[in-house]
Amino acid sequence: MTATSAPAKTAAPAKRASLTRRTVIDRVLLYGAAIFLAAWTLVPIYLIAVAAFSKSLSVYDFPKSFLPTQFSTETMSFFVNSSGVLGSVKNSIIVALGTIVLSLAIGAPAGYALARFRFPGRDMFHLAVLSSKMFPIAILSIPLAVAFIGLGLYDTLLGVVIIHSAMVLPFVVIVTSGVFYSVSRELEEAAMTLGTSRFGAFVRVALPLALPGLAAAAIFAFVSSWNEVFAATILTVRERTLPAHILAGLNQSPLYFKFAGGFFMIIPSLFFIFFMRKYLFNLWGPGR
Amino acid sequence: MASVAFETVRKVFGKTTALKDVDLLVRDGEFMVLLGPSGCGKTTLLRCLAGLERIDGGTVRIGDREVSDLPPRDRNIAMVFQSYAVFPHMKVYDNIAFGLRMRKKSKAEIEKRVKEGAALLQLEPFLDRYPAQLSGGQRQRVAVARAVVTDAPVLLMDEPLSNLDALLRLHARAELKRLHTDVRRTTVYVTHDQIEALSMGDRIAVMKDGEIVQIDTPVVLYDRPASVFVGSFIGSPPMNFMKATAKNGTAVGDGWQVPGPPGMDGKPLLLGIRPENIRIGEGPFRGRVVVSEPLGSHTLLTVKVGEASLKVVAPADDVFKPDQTLQLAPEPHKIRWMDETTGRAVAAPH
Repeated sequence: MTATSAPAKTAAPAKRASLTRRTVIDRVLLYGAAIFLAAWTLVPIYLIAVAAFSKSLSVYDFPKSFLPTQFSTETMSFFVNSSGVLGSVKNSIIVALGTIVLSLAIGAPAGYALARFRFPGRDMFHLAVLSSKMFPIAILSIPLAVAFIGLGLYDTLLGVVIIHSAMVLPFVVIVTSGVFYSVSRELEEAAMTLGTSRFGAFVRVALPLALPGLAAAAIFAFVSSWNEVFAATILTVRERTLPAHILAGLNQSPLYFKFAGGFFMIIPSLFFIFFMRKYLFNLWGPGR
Repeated sequence: MASVAFETVRKVFGKTTALKDVDLLVRDGEFMVLLGPSGCGKTTLLRCLAGLERIDGGTVRIGDREVSDLPPRDRNIAMVFQSYAVFPHMKVYDNIAFGLRMRKKSKAEIEKRVKEGAALLQLEPFLDRYPAQLSGGQRQRVAVARAVVTDAPVLLMDEPLSNLDALLRLHARAELKRLHTDVRRTTVYVTHDQIEALSMGDRIAVMKDGEIVQIDTPVVLYDRPASVFVGSFIGSPPMNFMKATAKNGTAVGDGWQVPGPPGMDGKPLLLGIRPENIRIGEGPFRGRVVVSEPLGSHTLLTVKVGEASLKVVAPADDVFKPDQTLQLAPEPHKIRWMDETTGRAVAAPH
């Protein structure tokens, strides 16, 4: 008894010690990487915010102070009141809302079909949805511009809505299919046995339960459209969205204008991440 | 109010035939249990009745209406699902009222019927809660209440108790049986639990591989299984089967012989006998105790007779030791003879 238990007793703490050492190293590496990545994105955002809320000319100060020394809304109000900014903000909002409507109108039913029905070519369809992401918009832009001129969609907000919807559709389809998949099929079947039609079961049961997920898809569509600059620049001349407008004036505008514009552009994305982070984690992998 | 009839109903999923020309008549007001191992087609049969699966052949009738091609809402049925399928975004009240609202009942009637349904299933204190705030047993009762308050003359239940823990299941089983006596709806109940089937069903249809292999009352099914499959699927522990050969009206086994069925000379047989129908003392079987399991109300013995292992129910106060030699006597009128080659019962002379 004692002979066999003695080595085990000494071995156990040694093993535990080495395990702890490993976990400590793992932790340090993990948190180090997390802090580095967080700083990588947060520091520029912070610096932009500081510049946007300081006096216009303090952007040129060197060395930079890390804290806002003179808080001021002068820079932001200069940006907001510059010619074309308000108009392009309005355009951006119209386009982003249009993108939500169009991409959900097409994407949500497609996602529902993927989640509920086994049909021939289902897997191919799934792949095709994703592979549409393979073609960069830069390759498609010139043919698109030509086609849009032919269709009378060039330099119209509708044209930008269509192209933005096309860009977010794969995401909307995949996300909504995941959302509808998580709504048990038996719930809809129960509704049908209780007197609804197939469509009625969708409207009364699946849709309300899928709403949070659909909201996430909608916000994603909004932010994607809000931030999209390439297609919007190529397909418009006068009807510019905000990023296209800022880009167009980038060479002529003063540095503080760029900082204010940059900050203005970031806000919606920050809201999106903040409100949806829990939901997105659930969507993209098991949360810990 | 409504009987249910399946006539040569066929259902195919890709290459597998889930239902092979099933015929079944459920009488008005009857509690019919569909019993079988998983994958036998019992749930598919129920879903075909509900209209959730399209049948590939045959007809389904409810009352005197053919419903084969009708959508679920036009079939006048109500269903309780295995997962309960209680709507998580509605309060208990709205869950129970759902079917009534869809059928455009008046507000006063809805309120009256929901109250009645809640009283029937002891849900009054929970009407204002969401399903997430209920226990599994309460959710199950919501699902039943939701089905019962609709006037549907046919109730379908798909393993409604399988997600409850053992104690609650016992309670809910008795509750459902009481409910059936109260409301007297034609009920089709799917389960893989033979105890549930025996205790609840007016009749049981035992299914295997997409076919119904025997339909009868629980007592007959238990005493006179039509095949080796039914005998071993129903009863816990299952029926014992021992190999034998028929010779001039006797059946000769491994070291024993008993009077056998007539007209089977030279054929391989199986002697089927329930563990509780074997008496200890003076009998044709001589065996050795392998395991003795005292279970409180009785003791379950495993006895080796020749090559065969027999389960025997013995009185609780008798003491048995391993390797003890016993003589066993099967009650002659409880013996069920099976043809070993077909697995089916040999036509009984009585």
